[in-house]
Amino acid sequence: MALKPADYKTEVHNDWCPGCGDFGILNAIQMALAELAIPTHKAAIFSGIGCSGKTPHFIHTYGIHTLHGRVLPFAQGAKLCNPDLEVIAVGGDGDGLGIGVGHFVSSGRRNIDLTYIIYNNGVYGLTKGQASPTLKLGMKTKSLTQPNVNDSINPIALAFISGFTFIARGYAYDIRHLKDLIVKAVRHKGLAYLDVLQPCPTYNDINTREWFQGLDNTDQENGKPIPRIYKLENSGYNGEVKDPDQYYEIASRVFEKSNEWGDKIPIGIFYQNENVASYDERITMKIDNYIKYPPASQEIILDKNKTNSNINELLKSFKVNA
Amino acid sequence: MHDKIVNEITWVIGGAQGSGVDSAANIFSKTCAEDGLYIFGKREYYSNIKGEHSYFTVRVSNKPIRSHKESIDILVSFDAETLFRHAKDVSTNGIIIFNSELIETSINEIPTLDPDVQNTITEYCNYSGGDPITIKKLLEKIQQNSIKCYGIPYHQLLKNFSEHTNNPALSKLARMINVLALSISLSFINIDRQALSRAIKYIFRTKPKIAEINVAAAEYAYNYAEQIFQNNKFTFSKNKMDFSDIILVQGSQSSALGKIVAGCRFQTYYPITPASEDSEFLETNQVIEQIDGNKGSVLVMQTEDEISAITMAIGGALTGTRTATATSGPGFSLMAEALGWAGINEVPLVVSLYQRAGPSTGLPTRHEQGDLLFAINAGHGEFPRIVFASGDIEESFYDTLKVFNFAEIFQLPVIHLLDKAIASSVMTCKNFDPNKISIDRGYLIKKINNKTKDQDKLKHFKRFELQKNTAISPRPPLGTENGIFWNTGDEHDEEGHISEDPTVRIKMMDKRMSKLNLVLQEIQDEDKALSYNENSDIVITSWGSTKGAILDTLDELNKEGIKIKFVQIKLLNPFPQQLLEKLLNSAKTIINIEMNYSSQLAKLIKQNLQRDIDYEIVKYNGRPISCDELYRVIKGIVNNNVEKRRIVLDYGT
Repeated sequence: MALKPADYKTEVHNDWCPGCGDFGILNAIQMALAELAIPTHKAAIFSGIGCSGKTPHFIHTYGIHTLHGRVLPFAQGAKLCNPDLEVIAVGGDGDGLGIGVGHFVSSGRRNIDLTYIIYNNGVYGLTKGQASPTLKLGMKTKSLTQPNVNDSINPIALAFISGFTFIARGYAYDIRHLKDLIVKAVRHKGLAYLDVLQPCPTYNDINTREWFQGLDNTDQENGKPIPRIYKLENSGYNGEVKDPDQYYEIASRVFEKSNEWGDKIPIGIFYQNENVASYDERITMKIDNYIKYPPASQEIILDKNKTNSNINELLKSFKVNA
Repeated sequence: MHDKIVNEITWVIGGAQGSGVDSAANIFSKTCAEDGLYIFGKREYYSNIKGEHSYFTVRVSNKPIRSHKESIDILVSFDAETLFRHAKDVSTNGIIIFNSELIETSINEIPTLDPDVQNTITEYCNYSGGDPITIKKLLEKIQQNSIKCYGIPYHQLLKNFSEHTNNPALSKLARMINVLALSISLSFINIDRQALSRAIKYIFRTKPKIAEINVAAAEYAYNYAEQIFQNNKFTFSKNKMDFSDIILVQGSQSSALGKIVAGCRFQTYYPITPASEDSEFLETNQVIEQIDGNKGSVLVMQTEDEISAITMAIGGALTGTRTATATSGPGFSLMAEALGWAGINEVPLVVSLYQRAGPSTGLPTRHEQGDLLFAINAGHGEFPRIVFASGDIEESFYDTLKVFNFAEIFQLPVIHLLDKAIASSVMTCKNFDPNKISIDRGYLIKKINNKTKDQDKLKHFKRFELQKNTAISPRPPLGTENGIFWNTGDEHDEEGHISEDPTVRIKMMDKRMSKLNLVLQEIQDEDKALSYNENSDIVITSWGSTKGAILDTLDELNKEGIKIKFVQIKLLNPFPQQLLEKLLNSAKTIINIEMNYSSQLAKLIKQNLQRDIDYEIVKYNGRPISCDELYRVIKGIVNNNVEKRRIVLDYGT
């Protein structure tokens, strides 16, 4: 029986604010899981803290709601021990690029085969609207008493220099497009980063749905709004490194595109490179049967609760009279 | 010439960090053990890569020993600093091997000797001359105590050796001087020379060419010393005991070996002294031979920090893998928040906490047992955990098998307390028996019956099921069919979804916290506390690596007909109050011994047993307790010669 998005829904009451961009991301994840036909028990959604952190409770797969900023190491630990598990990590921009930014960078260096989705709204919602690391310098959202004094992080560029091998941006209100990106991110062999523009209707009164739609930015000739968001794939952009020699050429493209903001905001795939060895391939260099016999599959008991580990050779090396 | 008949000797080698002190000590230990003698060795070093003073004490005996002594029988040196620092500890009739090329070196020429130490040594020598004291003057003073000093012109000896072997390159190999010194020291002990060659080959087993040169150099130096000094030798009254079932193990390897046997297949760490060696041993031996013929492995991850180390280990544990993380105090401080997450989500996790002297960076390469109360209390809020302490190398192997069982049986984090003293010591032990402790995985379920017609039950698996008879709920690994559950750091319902309901809160708190009682009921008494020497109204209480010095002290006192009981507490949280009441019931005098400032165990005893401690012996200078300093103070207490109730030990270099 084919799996439907409804199979990935739970009965847990969803307490996100009405109109929140998080709903779009949740739906896109459920649609992507159905399209990928991942059996519910074979997937695990890990999350950080905050509104986005509640996501796993609304998805009928294994759901691990972790600590503020620590979703990536939790998720990596599970994936490393059981590579057969489809692991998706989700979290907010404060979670992943503020308190957890060290893990963000270090995860890039490993390139473990999992997907990380950041719900990027420029504010800390659940703690009532403080500025997050992606809020632009000088912006004053409604709950700030002063304009933001910190410059913002460029998550696409940071993911790139950290070593993520699939980098894309989606928009929470373009669910089909977002779903397609999630499917591609999950299928990508290596660490995928997905930045999702997710308006917070309660605390970010600047980067709103209307702002992204360009309602304040009308065509002088016909009076129609000019949407700020455009799709990279429709603009002739291609960020895929097919041949390792293309790397530097594409790198400069990624940086250029990652800096576009304001009246033109790109969504779609910025970068993809499967030439970089994923972490399981690197482990296989030292433990050749790692994929076939990973930590979670290993029989540690022989029978009658006796150990299956044979340390005789090691003990022999400690023997006084060898 | 008369040989000196002995039951034991203490041998010390010192030198600049990086000059081969450790490998010389390892060769020495191995040589003596091969000759059928018991070994206890201890390494002391600065937080430094090259140049600062490090030394290794090896006690060799014809009966089992578990600690070091401060008085030295043979001091082996090739630099001046070792002489200045340790010569005062050489006992009457002891010997000193030194570098005769350094005889005119004065104390102020040694930049790594700080002024305080220089003053202490100058005072010790009663030296009032205007110039700074020299090696020559120091040795003149030392020789007044019937100590023999043997000067070796090491560089000349090395040059002669290189001519002897027609290999001019060797004369520049200053790194071989350690082997020359070690070999010369062995010429003063009646021991099988072949054991020395075998030991050198073993220590350099991965570098056969280097092994060969070192064996030749050792032979050359040994013959030289025998000819020149016509040594009278230390001769053991008994040696060549049957050691066919004895192993020589380092404390940084024993718990890691236990992890392999326990089935730990994922370990995370961030580099920190003295815990890193545990992970490095596992990584070196990452491919594991299985008895069923398959090839297993332990995946060791060096993470970006200790927060990542513990959270990654927890993520691994959720897949049903036995996982651990190894750290020391500063790293454990960073783990506190995640420890609570493991507590509220009932995740089996082992934290190997190798304590060192704190607070903050403290004395990063020195010993302390200062983290007991922190291990018990780390993290906000209340959640159950086990804190379990090993007393020595052999115990740490078997205890490691136990802590993995505890973690899974009770589904909680276990903090396994170890320390720098254990990690930096080496000891002869009875060969480890991997089958002595069975593996118990508790309520881990890898298959969930899907034959039930109750679809609702299938859809709503209860990871945190509230049951009448037990607090332990079924635990499927992530990925198990029909076992979908949720975890959250929030309070949660039986499925694992967030709940702020006050009734659920009470039920879940009760469920989790009741596991502490379960632990006390189910863990055997011998794992809670060990008791040695019954029928004495003087009782010593302690925990962890002080065990060795205490048992050696009791042996000495036993010889004099003085019997003292010793209660070694292993389970420190939950506190085994009832058992201790029984064990301390007949005590008229309680002496508590710990390597920290504030007698942390004594606080636990007072709090749980409403019982006062008569004498609190503490030490916090970063150096483990020696059995001779402990002997002196216990003897004083027995003889009613100790006035103070708090005694601070301060021996150590």
